[in-house]
Amino acid sequence: MYKEEILEHFKNPHNKGTIKNPSLRASDENHLCGDTIEITLNVKDSRIKDIKFDGSGCALVTASASLLTEYLKGRRLEDIDNLDDKFVIKLLGGEITPARIGCALLPLKALKQIKK
Amino acid sequence: MLNLIKDFPIFNRSINDKRIIYLDNAATTQKPKSVIDAISDFYSNHNSNIHRGIYTLSEESTKMFEDVYKKVSSFIKASSPSEIIFTSGTTFSINMAAECLKNSEFWSEDGEIIITESEHHANILPWMNILSKESAVSGMSSVKNLKVAHIGEDGTLDLNHLRSLLTAKTKIVAVSHVSNVLGAINPIKDIVKIVRENSSALVLVDGAQAVPHFRVNVQNLGCDFYAFSAHKMLGPTGVGVLWARKEILEKLPPFLFGGGMIKEVYFDKASWADIPDKFNAGTPNIAGAVGLGAAIDYLEKVGMLEIEKHEKELVAYCIKSLSSIKGVTIYGSSDIEKRSGVISFTVDKIHAHDLASVLDSGGVAIRSGHHCAMPLHNKLHVSATARASFYLYNGKEDVEALVSGINKAKRIFLS
Repeated sequence: MYKEEILEHFKNPHNKGTIKNPSLRASDENHLCGDTIEITLNVKDSRIKDIKFDGSGCALVTASASLLTEYLKGRRLEDIDNLDDKFVIKLLGGEITPARIGCALLPLKALKQIKK
Repeated sequence: MLNLIKDFPIFNRSINDKRIIYLDNAATTQKPKSVIDAISDFYSNHNSNIHRGIYTLSEESTKMFEDVYKKVSSFIKASSPSEIIFTSGTTFSINMAAECLKNSEFWSEDGEIIITESEHHANILPWMNILSKESAVSGMSSVKNLKVAHIGEDGTLDLNHLRSLLTAKTKIVAVSHVSNVLGAINPIKDIVKIVRENSSALVLVDGAQAVPHFRVNVQNLGCDFYAFSAHKMLGPTGVGVLWARKEILEKLPPFLFGGGMIKEVYFDKASWADIPDKFNAGTPNIAGAVGLGAAIDYLEKVGMLEIEKHEKELVAYCIKSLSSIKGVTIYGSSDIEKRSGVISFTVDKIHAHDLASVLDSGGVAIRSGHHCAMPLHNKLHVSATARASFYLYNGKEDVEALVSGINKAKRIFLS
């Protein structure tokens, strides 16, 4: 499960931090683990100009957020609607044990509740 | 040290070509062949409903079921088998006690309940529920009259703080015998003494993490209620016990209504059976109870003192081994005499779930999370801990596998 790429994104996460005065914001938490995540976005002409995530979580939450934000940067805001669980699991290398699915999907769950 | 692994069929299995190293015994325990066989024998040879069946099978199953009352009663040193109520587990036992008490002479509208900071949710929520004035459809808020006694540095209840919380309004004190997170053993006799000196409250003890691990003598403890589960002591899931003193049970109204709990029923009146049948509406988990009986037989054969000694040795070895790993924090007392076979810990910069996943890849099963004790984790200022918990079939080699798994996780995540 902890493939090189996941570990690399856990140790050196991309887009870690918070955008000041973001145009959009999303957050969620996993009560069972105590993981929290906040995603901030700058959107111009429906394009995601910048996206960052912050919070505390396990390696899977961090790697998943890092990979997802990297994927979304520069894409259209509507592209978030097309993302699903399968896509995120594939992004993480395809081998997530059932007990850890909730960790892997937390960033996506947050993104789906995006608010102005 | 004990070596009983051969009695437990599950350990013949391997996962990813590795033997199973099971360190999640505070959640549930594995079953010896004798327990599995007893349940299978019941269904294969004796299955029938108990009581009033005037035929051989029913007479056999009734006798088998009633024998378990006697076994449980003698195992926890109750004064009579009629003080034993079979439930589905500790959670049901505590909920049942709470519901029965709420409608009894032991409760009053302005009554207060004392629990402790280290309780499992099962010994918090049933009490909050009977104190809550609103209908709890999606949760509870503004619950009043629940007082929370502090725990000290060693994880056990702060007796002075408990004393300061007791008033004439205190009706119930609910406390765990052993914390499922810290492994701390509470001094129940002292607690009962302080409660008796300062109030007329009844004392309920959550014994889920105690009865499996050392000899519990309910009369000697002096408490009023004691709850525990079969599945944490080698028995099947879906069976538990609520013990209460006879004179209290006789004054409690029933909680479940139906077959088996009555003397007479008319459309305008009904009268209840004597204890404990008054609390046993519906067909009980007969096969489960038979399994619990077989589990008690097994534990008695090994000897509760031997089991306690074995676990103490393991816990001492585990604490020593974990303490030598840089970055590991162990929660609870370092005094072996004050703790049972539960060790919760964290590893710096590694989330408990990541640690558990790496351990799992080496065949080691531990639990990670808040272990149904969110308030305690808030107090410890951690969102999740890793927990290793031992039982009579674990050995030092299991501790060594745990240690090497932790070192592996450190190599993966921190190098």
